[in-house]
Formats: sequence, C-alpha cells, structure tokens
Amino acid sequence: MLQLSPAPHISSSKNMEKIMYGVVLALVPALVGSVYFFGWRVLFLTALSVLSALITEWTFQRVTHREIRCFDGSAIITGILLAFNIPVNSPWWIPVAGSFFAIFVVKQVFGGLGYNIFNPALAGRAFLVASWPSLMTGNWTPPIGGTLSGLSNLDGITQATPLTLLSLSPRASVIHALNSGTMLKALFVGNTGGCLGETSALLLLIGALFLFAMRYADWRISVSYIGSVFAFSGILYLLGINTVNPTFHILSGGVMLGGLFMATDMVTSPVTLKGRWIFGIAGGLLCVLFRTWGGYPEGVSYSILIMNMFVPLLDRLQPRVYGRSK
Amino acid sequence: MRLLTFKGGVHPEDKKELAGFAPIERIKPPEIVYLPLSQHTGVPSKPIIEKKDEVEVGMKIAESNGKLSVPLHSSVAGVYMGLVNYPHPLGGRKLAMKIKVDPERTEEWKSEEKEVGTLSNKDIIKIVKESGIVGMGGAAFPTFFKMQPPPDKKIADLIINGAECEPYLTADYRLMIERAEDILKGIDIIRRVINPDRVWIAIESNKMDAVERMKEVSSSYPSFNISIHKTKYPQGSEKQLVQAVKRQEVPEGGLPFDAGAYVQNIGTALAVYEAVCYSKPLYERVVTVTGSVRDPSNFLVPIGTPFDYLIEEAGGVIGTLMKVINGGPMMGIAQVYPEVPVIKGTTGILIQNREEVFSGIVGPCIRCAACIDVCPMCLMPTEINKSIETENFDKAEEMGVLSCMECGGCAYVCPSNIPLVQQFKYAKNEIMKRRK
Repeated sequence: MLQLSPAPHISSSKNMEKIMYGVVLALVPALVGSVYFFGWRVLFLTALSVLSALITEWTFQRVTHREIRCFDGSAIITGILLAFNIPVNSPWWIPVAGSFFAIFVVKQVFGGLGYNIFNPALAGRAFLVASWPSLMTGNWTPPIGGTLSGLSNLDGITQATPLTLLSLSPRASVIHALNSGTMLKALFVGNTGGCLGETSALLLLIGALFLFAMRYADWRISVSYIGSVFAFSGILYLLGINTVNPTFHILSGGVMLGGLFMATDMVTSPVTLKGRWIFGIAGGLLCVLFRTWGGYPEGVSYSILIMNMFVPLLDRLQPRVYGRSK
Repeated sequence: MRLLTFKGGVHPEDKKELAGFAPIERIKPPEIVYLPLSQHTGVPSKPIIEKKDEVEVGMKIAESNGKLSVPLHSSVAGVYMGLVNYPHPLGGRKLAMKIKVDPERTEEWKSEEKEVGTLSNKDIIKIVKESGIVGMGGAAFPTFFKMQPPPDKKIADLIINGAECEPYLTADYRLMIERAEDILKGIDIIRRVINPDRVWIAIESNKMDAVERMKEVSSSYPSFNISIHKTKYPQGSEKQLVQAVKRQEVPEGGLPFDAGAYVQNIGTALAVYEAVCYSKPLYERVVTVTGSVRDPSNFLVPIGTPFDYLIEEAGGVIGTLMKVINGGPMMGIAQVYPEVPVIKGTTGILIQNREEVFSGIVGPCIRCAACIDVCPMCLMPTEINKSIETENFDKAEEMGVLSCMECGGCAYVCPSNIPLVQQFKYAKNEIMKRRK
C-alpha cells in the first residue's frame, strides 16, 4: 500500500522540540553562573519552578482532555525563566506560585503554546511582584563573597542592588561609583545583587549568541531592544536627566535577560522583520521611561509585556507581496 | 563570480549525486504504453484512429481539440487497443490510449537534419504545435501558445531554464552535458521566433560542469549569456528567474511577458530543435528515476511507459516501497498506483522507502516566522493559514494567497509540520469557486 501525502515530501531538520530545547540549552550558562554567584539554592528554586510549570501544564492538558505535550520544552523554558526572575532569597512557594500562574492563566487559558499573548514567565513575574512586592523587590541577597551593589565600602550603603541604589536619588559620590569601570565590570560579569538569572550579562550573551547562530531567536529584536535602551538612556544622560551612563543601563537589572530571552520569545513577538524592529525599539523606549520616571527601579518586564499587546497590530505590517504594486 | 538569486527560498539537500552521474540511457519499450489524452494544460486531445489500427513511432494518433490544445503522437510501434480509463500521474483516472507495443518495429527516430533557414516564424510555431510540444519542466503548457505573446508585450529577455532546482532530479542536467549543441540550436530557434534583446541560459551553481559545457558550445552564439544562479530552491520558478535575471518582478497575477521576459525549459528547447530540424514529434523524454532504487538513472523513455516498469529498469526498490512520486520531493505528486504512465511533463520519478518517508506530527504554530522568511513570493504563510482556518477567504486573498505557487518552501521549514501548501490549495480552490 503506497503512502499518500501532499508535497513537500521532505522536511528540514528543524522541529519544534529542537528549538525549545535549544533555548533551554542557551539558558544553561547563566544558570551555572547563578549557582556560582548565589549558591545551590538557585538549583532548588529553578527545579521547583520547572516542576511546577510541568505539573500545571500536564494537569491542564489531562483535565481538559488535550494531547499531553508538556515535554515539548516550552514549559521548561517558562519554568527556568520564571526562576531567573526571582530573588534567591525567595521562599520555596514563590517559584511554585509564579510558574503555576504563568502556565495556567497566561499560557493554557489562552489556548496553550502558540496562542498566548503574553510571555508566560514575564507575566508570572508581574503576578508575583503585584502579589508579594516586598518578597520580590526588597529581598536581595549579595552574591557569595561580594556585595549587593557590586561595590565595596560605599559609605556603608550595601543594602541595595545597583538599580535600587540609583532609584534612591543618591549622592554624588554614589553616582560617581555607579558610573565607574569597576561597577560596569561587576555588572558585566554578574557579581552583583539581583534576580538569580539576570545578573551576568556575559553568560546571558553567550547563550544568546548560540540562539542567534541556530536561528532560534532573531537578533534583530535583541539588538533593537538593548540598543534602544542604550540610545534613549544615553540621550537622557547627555541631557543631564539621567545621572548614570547608558552602559550601566543596559548591563543592570533585567535588560540583558529581557532583551535576549524574553523579548525574543517567538510566540509573543512579531513575525515580520519590520514589526520586530519596532517591537524592540518601542520596548526599549518604554523601559527607559519606566526606569527614569516610574515607581519601580526596574522597567524591563512591563516594557515587554506592554509590547506583547501590540504584537497583533505589528503583525499587520505585511511585507509587500511579490509583484504587487507599491 | 557573482551568483544571481531571488528573495527567500530554502536549501534542501540536492541529492543530485544519486542520478547525476548516470548518462541518459534509452530503455527498451514496455509491452504496453498508456497515452493519456490530457498531458498538457488545456483541452484534451481527440483520438483520430480506430481500435486495432496499426501505429508507428511518432504517428499522430490524436489531434488538438481547441485553441489551447496539442496533438498526441504514438511513442511506439504496435497496435491500438482502444481508449481506457487509466490512472493519471496528476491524480484520478483519465482517458488514455492503450497501445500494445511491437518491439521489432519500435525504432529510434531517423531523419536527415534540415536547415531552419527559410522557415518563417509562423511555420515554426505550426511545427511546434503539430509536434505536440509542451513545457517539459513539469507545467506542460503548450509551447506554440506561449510562443505567441500578445503583440503589445515586448520580450526583452529570453530566459532558458536550466536551473533544475528540485532536489534529486537530473534530467535537464544530463541533457545540458550530453546534448549541449542541440539545445543551443533549439534555443536559437526560439530566439528567432521571440526576437528578444538578450538570451540567458540560467543554471544553478551546483551544476558547474553544465555551465562549463554550455559556455564552451555557446561561444558560437555571441548573444547568449550563461547566468549562474545560487543553488537555492525554487530558483527554477519562472517568477524567481525573472527576478534573479532582470531584477524586476512579474506583476501580481501576471505572466513573465508582463515583465518583458519569456521563460522556457532546457528540455523544451531540445524538443523544439528536434521537431523543427528532424520533424520529430514529442513522443519521448528524459525521466530521472531516483531515490531508493538500486541504480538511479536518467532514462530516455517513450511517453506512456508505466512508472513501475521504469522502477524495475532502475534496479528495483531498496527496502520497503512507501512512496512513488511524480516529480521531485518539493512539488511532486505521491501516486496511488505505481503503474501510472509517464506523461510529457514527467521530469522524474522519486522513490521513497520506509526509512525515507517523512511523517511529522502536526503541532501548533509557534510563530517562528520561518515560513515568512523563506516565502519567495513574500507572503506570510502562517498568517494566511490562520485566516483559512477561520474560513476567511477574503482575508487570505487580500494577503496574496493566489500568488502562492505551491513551491512547498514554507511547509518544508515549518518546525510544527503544518500542511501549509495543502491549506493554500484549498483556499485557492474556494476563492475560484466563489468567483464563478
């Protein structure tokens, strides 16, 4: 009996699981770095987060009689990214609750993989920040053998991450220290306080370069988002509105994690090239606005979540069809 | 070396090494051939002989039956057994003329070469029509019809398509290597009729020996250019060739002559030469039999030869036979019956066994946009698919689904194995139905 199926009769080697597990692999350097900086508790929290994501997805699919595909890799990514967005001091139920919300409310209720509007991990983080603000934004631990700010002997101020320091309208000496090379180096390597996966720009970049090379993420989104944060914070710095230099802005907080791994999420970013550039640039602008004039020290999550809402609109920027008049 | 190219496209393994080294080989005819009346775009031909009539090689057995139609010639000598309803490689069963072959009398075409010299364009077009010539790259559009573009369309560029971008297929490649002089004579005849400013012979960069061969022979035709194209699928699509050569697009819904171009396949050029200079009608063609067969080959076969006969000639199947495909892996049609006959548009027969058959599980669209990146027509396959899923055909049309040429690039790259091409075929069908 001959097999019948429509053309094409061959397929590229790319498949969905490969892409998803590729992203998981790309997160490994930052995870290893996080264990190095914050200790074994990082693995405990990440494992809880991933487990919570998997169990939530499996249960939902089971209860709603859908095909069980919780091991396609996407729930694992959400679990890891959510863990990357919490402080290492968090109680065990924080990642559990966050991943549950991310998978159940943000992903599955909207239709599951491919249909969610918001990046599940980011929306999960937003849920945690809104529900337990003190645990999520005032509960920092310094890296092992380091200080929270990444600086030493800073007039006794050690109880703040670099970004929090900035939001406290600091004195000139502090601003000077934040603009110093030592500070930037600490931010680049990751030897500062912060959420457990966001501190090391270097390790995040290594993972992201792999994603770009494999085409599992579009570099245009990252370049436009991070470039836009740099450009707009640079303009404010030159105008004297911002006191710290733009390099500090792109290396601190979640800009790298967000710009490299959250904004590039295929499901929740635009499908056209033009749309991706706009998505990144507008997202970066929002982030700078939130950081400069917003209530929280950080603006990355909300900037991306808001841009997620514009994706259906940006997807209408259809490229000109071959042969169609301009 | 500057390679010409187009926007988008995919890079499947070309697998040309399987059959590429096999010289064209004339096979001994099968016992019975089936000649479908419909082997071309347009009205099927009309039989002009009676059951039990004796036929000769190249004898006209059915005449053209309308404006867009061509006659049909016997590919063998033997006895006409009547009209039968027989499986057709493009799907379903269609009327075919069944001929019992007399191997003794079935011989190669023999005739003195005639000079084109005094023939007028009208004469040439008439010969091309009477010889039953159609586009041999697969589309099988009657060539005489194409040779008469509307008088207001000035053809600046004649593009001869030797791209053969479908993986596995090597028929055109072998022709360029083995029949270069004759092909060029054929091109020159088409050039006389079309009278273009420039002549291009387009070949992909994975066939550099064909490029060298054509360059060598074309030195006596100063107006001919060999253009080397990036090896990328679908380089051999008309609109993509026009874009690559002329850096100009064919208007939406238009034909190449709307962009001042005329595209014709290598094999067709050869058929034109043989028809005009040897009075030989189109009754045989080169077919690549490849994939999971023991001896992948390029056969010169009488039209109407059943596929299964050719598969045996190529040494039989390796492993368990799963798919018999008319054409290449990207656009070919999987057959229900392995006994379907070769028709004028059959470029190759691809065999896939159990190990090679691809069967991916369909998953949800993860919006990776790979389909958008590769679409040579700059469509948004995933977005069009979404409007088709909700039966919004107006939206699909607005997004350009009618421009889809079904090259299969989007479905090839889709990590979720969504059958995009099938969806677009369905939508095009629905849109056409509604127009009526």
